[in-house]
Amino acid sequence: MTAVIKPNLQKKSGFKAILAGVTLALVSNLSFALTAEEQKGLDISKEAKLRDLGWVDSTSDMLMVLRNQQGQESIREIKMRNLEVKGDGDKSLTIFNKPRDVKGTAFLSFSHPVGADDQWLYLPSLKRVKRIASRNKSGPFMGSEFAFEDLSSFEVEKYTYKYLGDEVVHGLDSFMVEQYPVDENSGYTRRVVWIDKEEYRVQKIDFYDRKNSLLKTLTYVDYQRYLGKHWRADLMQMVNHQNGKSTELKWDNYAFKTGLEDGDFNRNSLKRVR
Amino acid sequence: MSTTIITSTKTTESALNRVTKISALAASMLLGVNVQSAEFEFSGRVGVEGRYFFETAQYEDQLNHGQASVFAEPEVYWGWNDGNDSVTFKPFIRADGQDSERSHGDIRELSYIHAGDDWELRAGIRKEFWGVTEFQHLVDVINQTDAVEDFDGEDKLGQQMINLSVVNDWGIVDLFLLPGFRERTFPGEDGRLRGPVRVDTDDVEYESSAEEKHLDVAARWTHTLGDFDVGTYWFHGTNRDPVLTPTFEDGEVVLKQYYNQMDQVGIDVQATIDEWLWKFETIYRGTDEEDFFATQAGFEYTYVGVFESAADLGWLVEYSWDSRGEGDFDDPGSAFQNDIFFGSRLALNDIQSSELLAGFSSDLDHNAYSFLIEASRRFGESFKGSLDVRMFQSTHDADQIYAIRDDDHVQLTWEWYY
Repeated sequence: MTAVIKPNLQKKSGFKAILAGVTLALVSNLSFALTAEEQKGLDISKEAKLRDLGWVDSTSDMLMVLRNQQGQESIREIKMRNLEVKGDGDKSLTIFNKPRDVKGTAFLSFSHPVGADDQWLYLPSLKRVKRIASRNKSGPFMGSEFAFEDLSSFEVEKYTYKYLGDEVVHGLDSFMVEQYPVDENSGYTRRVVWIDKEEYRVQKIDFYDRKNSLLKTLTYVDYQRYLGKHWRADLMQMVNHQNGKSTELKWDNYAFKTGLEDGDFNRNSLKRVR
Repeated sequence: MSTTIITSTKTTESALNRVTKISALAASMLLGVNVQSAEFEFSGRVGVEGRYFFETAQYEDQLNHGQASVFAEPEVYWGWNDGNDSVTFKPFIRADGQDSERSHGDIRELSYIHAGDDWELRAGIRKEFWGVTEFQHLVDVINQTDAVEDFDGEDKLGQQMINLSVVNDWGIVDLFLLPGFRERTFPGEDGRLRGPVRVDTDDVEYESSAEEKHLDVAARWTHTLGDFDVGTYWFHGTNRDPVLTPTFEDGEVVLKQYYNQMDQVGIDVQATIDEWLWKFETIYRGTDEEDFFATQAGFEYTYVGVFESAADLGWLVEYSWDSRGEGDFDDPGSAFQNDIFFGSRLALNDIQSSELLAGFSSDLDHNAYSFLIEASRRFGESFKGSLDVRMFQSTHDADQIYAIRDDDHVQLTWEWYY
């Protein structure tokens, strides 16, 4: 444990050092319940989250390419707006442009580290805003190989952890951490996540289904750095090993600290956004 | 741009012109500002629809089995100032081969929106939906029903309005000024899904001396409190539901429309708890003729990932109550005074977004049933096919379903989105 925390402290100063100190204190209190592997897994995940804090808000465009076993493609064009919320999960607005029959449909989500998220769907043809049940974590997003939970923001409290060892992925020395979803509605028993040691970026995730068989692998390709510290992959490739289908997410036009506010994430903005 | 809007409006009802001109003027005034970040979009849908009625016509002049139509609903969106200012124009037109009344057009939307930090101004022709239930939309009151489109009341005519929406910590407040009223549309002599007597759409009477130019007002508050989404409103103005009176006119009996003035308050609540959506809507309506309460309440339960697949299976149950009670020939009462609805929704969550909805309704006071199936899926990237089946059964001659008991039909729709 000390071995992991120490290098963090060396890098940080001022407020962050205090934060890390508080984390250390909290962790020490809990440590009697955790094995060394569990503690290390938790620490790595906390560090990954901590390093990305402070992005404030972001906008981006997402192109989703769905492929079936025969290689037939289907396209979804989506715009994302995200707001970082201190002390709670993030807020997000997802706006659909393609396929054309769902153009204008928008999805508003207030995620929470623990408990159900608050979600609303806007149906433009009916001009109707519908609050929807957020238990649907394991369901496919727009017919893709991504489940809703795969696209929600990463919060430390959503999992328990276990450090499995080190491995080289994409030529980078990485930690291998097993994550167990806390939410019983998750479609997974566990995820195995590869996080590179240098920048704490997720390189790869293996998803295991409810029967604990390997279901999917998600690979992060072409990381770009924004505002000097926020790493985002240009490409995310999800392969379903059980049905042979795959989905690619191509990200474009990332912008951070664009001035989005709380007021950009409510029923009114949900009805208006394009 | 503003000139084209005004020209195209001239072809429609004169009542629309006033607000149209106001919004077009607003648009042209703002045209000069910040054109750099302007965003222009042209999209929409065109489609063909075929209906087949299983039984021959119940009433004279009605079409017998087949009904075919084509329709288009283009949409022009023009946004600037990072989307904080926008103009949307969405006309709708249908050409029906059998029912001349169903060949009709409407401006679904022609409006200007300005968004401030915590407020929005929306002016022009728009659609505003209120409510949470699925089988009847009791609290939804702003727009008139485009009843010639379909008998289920889901299609609405555009409504002229000026709407100020203010976001507060304690909820969103919407204030509406609704200048001008739209008369309901009805199937013509040739059309099915109507009663034995044709509705006269030419000679319409109003309680207000201002007639269709009466200025209606409404105020609504909505808020989210944890798992609860609540809304309540007050509406004052022309009743969207006409009183229909049989009248002898030019050697023929027709139903004359009379629109009275009403005050209505409504409440809608949805509790979203785990897989359950609990829904409740209630209204109180006061007119010179009668005052009444009505309620629609029920739940929707969704089974996520049913049969270990990606599909979701939902169950819906709703109940309707109305203080007016059952109708008879002297007093029409209410169509949904003690009725129960069951529905099941299957969403495959596949690439084609395949969906199936089956619904059943029953009047608990007398013999009247209806049954419907709605199935749809996407084909390729931009086509959508829908299949609807509707069946009706009643032996109670004062029930609305009795009038359309021979109108069981299947409807096939093919749409292209662009």
